Amino acid sequence: MEPITHNPSQLPGWNIDNDPENDPTYPMRTRIPDDHKGYSWERPTQQPINIEVLHSIERPNITAVFGTSVPPSGLSGVIRRFAFKYSENSYLHWLPLLLADRVNVVEGVLDDLVHGQVPNIFAEKGYPVEWKYDRKGLIIKLATVAAIAGGVVVLLSSKDKGGKKAKIRSANR
Amino acid sequence: MEYRGPKRIRATQKPMPEILHPEDAIVRVTRSCICGSDLHLYNGNVPDTRVGQTFGHEFTGVVEEIGSEVTKLKVGDNVLVPFNIACGKCIFCKQGLFGNCHEAASQASAAGGFFGYSHITGGYDGGQAEYVRVPYANVSPTVIPPGMDIEDAVLLTDVVPTGYQAAEMGGIQTGDTVVVFGAGPVGIMAARCAWLFGAGRVIIIDKEDYRLEFARNYSKCEAYNFQEIGDPVVFIKKQTDWIGADVCIDAVGAEAAGNALQTITGRKTLLQAGSATAVHWAINSVRKGGVVSIVGVYGPTDNLVPIGNVLNKGITIRANQTAVKRHLPRLIEHVQNGVLNPKGLITHRLALEDVADGYRMFSAKLDNCIKTVLIPSTAGM
Repeated sequence: MEPITHNPSQLPGWNIDNDPENDPTYPMRTRIPDDHKGYSWERPTQQPINIEVLHSIERPNITAVFGTSVPPSGLSGVIRRFAFKYSENSYLHWLPLLLADRVNVVEGVLDDLVHGQVPNIFAEKGYPVEWKYDRKGLIIKLATVAAIAGGVVVLLSSKDKGGKKAKIRSANR
Repeated sequence: MEYRGPKRIRATQKPMPEILHPEDAIVRVTRSCICGSDLHLYNGNVPDTRVGQTFGHEFTGVVEEIGSEVTKLKVGDNVLVPFNIACGKCIFCKQGLFGNCHEAASQASAAGGFFGYSHITGGYDGGQAEYVRVPYANVSPTVIPPGMDIEDAVLLTDVVPTGYQAAEMGGIQTGDTVVVFGAGPVGIMAARCAWLFGAGRVIIIDKEDYRLEFARNYSKCEAYNFQEIGDPVVFIKKQTDWIGADVCIDAVGAEAAGNALQTITGRKTLLQAGSATAVHWAINSVRKGGVVSIVGVYGPTDNLVPIGNVLNKGITIRANQTAVKRHLPRLIEHVQNGVLNPKGLITHRLALEDVADGYRMFSAKLDNCIKTVLIPSTAGM
């Protein structure tokens, strides 16, 4: 198959950034005299540390600036503090963090309810716009979820009934 | 906006950000974007993404307040704010690696600091908001040149430099065949920028026909749907006279489709740090001795990739978070000279309070969405 663009030199800007001097390029291009001096640069002023900031054990300190969004709290915070006892090299760091994220979602719903707010999950998930542009897809998706959920409920309840009947038969003997 | 859990976003009122460090600035946001990498957060795939955080790392704004040590900006400046938070003093910043600053993200030694991108990149609230705290305001934020369209400026904070760096890291030589996996905004821009480095042929691969059509027109490249070409690796080999592409670019990252095993283990069950389909195809499609350039974002754990083929083929892999500040002078020049047309990527403009719809629209690829811009009611322009 012939390329669509037979003559790329006609395209605006073709080849204007081709620079043989820029090879090998970033991220390995520039080395500096301080490369082997370790963590010895003149650090920026430290942001006052007046909230809990978890830091990787692969570094000695909290960075000079840091975000203050959502410090660790609650059960998810306990899990996150556990995770930060381990390095980024360990699954004991990352898997608890994923667990904490899921626990945090439940905490978020509970927090909403405590503050008298029932989360509008339909709106939060952007379903109104999906209803507008892909109604069929949304109906199929919701029907599939409902069918799977219904199937699980039926399966669990039938097992439960089976278990109760077995217990009754066992008791009758 | 506020994250409430996987696929749950809502617009809400939060306290005004404050100056917390002498090099901080407070910026009133005028435009912000939803990025493809925001979808990894939205889907709950990035560890330490906390309920209540505000996302958004692509934004422009007006400086409302500055800290006592800010000398390069003044109140009232219209600025574009690169997604990297960079100190300018550590050895990595001095090397030009502004995406790898060592003084901006306490929670991880691997990642640099980014606005609105979970706590492994520092725990900063982001720009999908009316006001943002911008640390190290002397380093990365850049005054928007007079006459530049604000919608061009907002795309210079991430999409354009990331696409450009994807091409640059490919080490493209004149006449090279470049294959870009992923026709999202970054992939489309990477395909466009590959020409600037002298590519002789540019091919983009995706599964969404509307995106392929967009890329064909915007990037002037060949575009193919991987659902229609059989094995994409064999297809690329055939297209390159059985040699392979000189440069392959992964512009997808963790949300890649196209391989059931990768999808199940990487996206559905999180046994991997995202689906590695695109980088898998890139490694297998590139020629021996070729270059694979990765700008697609993955989580911090592990991925299934054919590392044996990297060895057997002698492939060079180059990857990095984009050092936006390093690219800005050149890219501003390209925009001003009409070489690049960033705002041509924008397909949707929504009010900030409709942010949940914006995420769903982008995530589900509704209404032929390529790039969504959010406009706060306080933008004033």
